[in-house]
Amino acid sequence: MRTLKFLLQKEFRQIFRDPAIIRIIFVMPVIQLMLLPWAADYEIKNIQLSVVDHDHSDYSRQLVSKLTASGYFQLENYTGSFDKAMESVEHERADLILEVPHHFERTLVKENESTLFMAVNAINGVKANLGAAYLRSIIQDFNREVRLEWIQFPRFNPETQIEVTASNWFNPGLNYKYFMVPGILVILVTMVGAFLASLNIVREKEIGTIEQINVTPVKKHHFILGKLIPFWVLGLVILTIGLGLAYAVYGIAPAGSMLVIYGFAAVYLLAVLGLGLLISTYTSNQQQAMLLSFFMMMVFILLSGLYTSIDSMPEWAQYITKINPVTYFIEVMRMVVLKGSGFRDILPHIMIMLGFAAILNTWAVINYKKRS
Amino acid sequence: MNNGIAIRAEQLTKRFGEFTAVDGISFEVKKGEIFGFLGANGAGKTTAMRMLCGLSLPTSGKATVAGFDVYKENEQIKRNIGYMSQKFSLYEDLTIKENIRFYAGIYGKSDSFIKTKTAMLLQHLHLEGEANKLVKSLPLGWKQKLAFSVAIFHEPEIVFLDEPTGGVDPVTRREFWSMIYKAAESGITVFVTTHYMDEAEYCNRVSIMVDGRIDALDTPEQLKKTFGAQSMDEVFLKLARKAVRSAD
Repeated sequence: MRTLKFLLQKEFRQIFRDPAIIRIIFVMPVIQLMLLPWAADYEIKNIQLSVVDHDHSDYSRQLVSKLTASGYFQLENYTGSFDKAMESVEHERADLILEVPHHFERTLVKENESTLFMAVNAINGVKANLGAAYLRSIIQDFNREVRLEWIQFPRFNPETQIEVTASNWFNPGLNYKYFMVPGILVILVTMVGAFLASLNIVREKEIGTIEQINVTPVKKHHFILGKLIPFWVLGLVILTIGLGLAYAVYGIAPAGSMLVIYGFAAVYLLAVLGLGLLISTYTSNQQQAMLLSFFMMMVFILLSGLYTSIDSMPEWAQYITKINPVTYFIEVMRMVVLKGSGFRDILPHIMIMLGFAAILNTWAVINYKKRS
Repeated sequence: MNNGIAIRAEQLTKRFGEFTAVDGISFEVKKGEIFGFLGANGAGKTTAMRMLCGLSLPTSGKATVAGFDVYKENEQIKRNIGYMSQKFSLYEDLTIKENIRFYAGIYGKSDSFIKTKTAMLLQHLHLEGEANKLVKSLPLGWKQKLAFSVAIFHEPEIVFLDEPTGGVDPVTRREFWSMIYKAAESGITVFVTTHYMDEAEYCNRVSIMVDGRIDALDTPEQLKKTFGAQSMDEVFLKLARKAVRSAD
C-alpha cells in the first residue's frame, strides 16, 4: 500500500507538471464540445438549388418561393435552360436541379396532374438523398395546397389517404445536440482513458525509467495500479467537465440520475484503461502507440453508433460494434441522458463492461513482463 | 551472505534465438569488492548484468546474487541490489528531492529514514540549494552522480553500474570514482562496466569479456603481468582484437 502511495504521488506530480496534459484535459473537452455538436449535425441545410423554369407561371414561382422559404434550400440560380443549370452542378455550385416543364400550370389545372423533373448531384450521397427527400415532401405539400385550392372535395375522398403524424419521444424537438453531445463526451473519456494512459507507460519505456522500476521490488500490480488510478480519476474529471459544459452550453441535463452515469463511467474506464495498458505492452515507443491508438479510435468512433445508426450497418459490422466498448457507453449515455434510464435498465451494459474490463486487464497484466 | 561471496555465476548463458549473447560465463565477486566488468561493445556485458539484476532470464547456467537464486528468488535479489543503467533513469520532470523520495519510497524506506538521509546526501553532493529544481536542469555530470546516489540510497548489498561515466568530463569522473570507493568502504559490493581503461585500474579485480565469454579475470596488476603489458589499455586491446563478433 505504501508503495502504491509513492507511485501515485509520482504520477500525479508528473501529470500536473506537464503543460501538454493539462491542455489536453481542460482545453480538449471544451473545444470539442463547443464546436462539434454544431457542425456534426445530421440535418442538411443550405442545399444549393438550381431551378430550370420553362413555365414562368404563378405556380412555378409559388413553388420556388415555398422551397426557399423552407430554410433547407438556397436558390443558386433560376434559369430557363437545363444546360445552364447542369453547368452549375458541374462547377459544384448546385446540388439539386428542379426542372419545371412548359405548361406546368396549365396541365396541372386542366388535367389535374403534372410532372416535375429533379436531378440530384450525388457526389455527396447523404446530402443528395436527404435533399431529394426534402424536395419531394415540399412538393407534395405544395400539391396538396393546389388541390385544396382547385378541387372541390367530394364528400368522400376518392383516394384513401392515410396520413402519418409522428411524435418524437425522448427527444421531442429532434434536437441533434441531445444526440451528439453525450456521444462526443464518451469519445473524450475514451481518449483520456485508453490513449493517454498507454502513451504514459510507453514513454517510460522510451526514456528507460521503466527498467529502473523493474529492478526495484515494486510489484507488477502496484506499478499497473499506479498507472491506472490517475487516469481513472482524470477520465472522471473530464466527464464532469463535459457534463457541466453540456448543461451550461446546450442546456442538456440528464433525464436520469448522474449516479448512473458516473457508476457506468467508473466501470467503463476500467475497461478502456485495460485497453490502454494492453496497447502499451505491445508497443515500444510513443509513435507506435499513437498510430495504434489512432487506428483503434477511428474504428471505435465509426463503428460505435455515434454518427451512423448501428441497425443500418451490415451484419459483420454490427458484430464489430458488439466488441467495441464505446458502443455501450454511447448507448448508456443516450439512455440515461434522454430517456432517464436507471441502474436496472443498464445492468446488461454494466455486466458486459465488467467482462471487457476483466479480459482486457488480465490480458495486459499477463503480457506485461518485468523480466524478458 | 555466505562465505563473503556477493555474486556467483556458473556457466551462465543467454541466447537470443541462434545468437549466444553470453556464452557460459563463470566468476565470483567477493563482498565489498569493486569488480570491473570490461568488454568491447556487443561483447555481452549488459546482457550478463541484466541477468544478474533479474531483468533478463538466463537460458542456462546458475547464478546467485546476494545469496539468492536468479531464477527463483529474483524479487529478493531486487530488494538487495541497486542498479544504474546506461540510460539516465531518474525522472527529469521531478525535482531532485522528489526523485530521491520516490525511489527510496518504493524500496520501502520509512519517512524518517528518507528525510535524514536525503538531507545528508544533498549536503554531501552540495545540492542543498538545488533540491527543489527539476532534474532536467542539472548538468550531465551532476545527473550521473545523483543517479548513483539514488541507486545506493536504500543501502543495497550490491550495486550494478552500467557504464556510469559515459560522456562525463574527467574531473567529474574522478569525483564519481571517489563516490564508488566510499560506497565500497561502507560495505557495498560494486559491479561496474566501463570503457575507460584508467577506470579499470581503480577496480580490485577485472574481468574482460570477448564474444560472450570471459577471457581474463584477475587484479589489474596480475593481468598486466600475464599479458606483458604496460597498462590495462594494452591488455584490453590484446584481448579485444581477437573478437570476431562485430560491435553493436
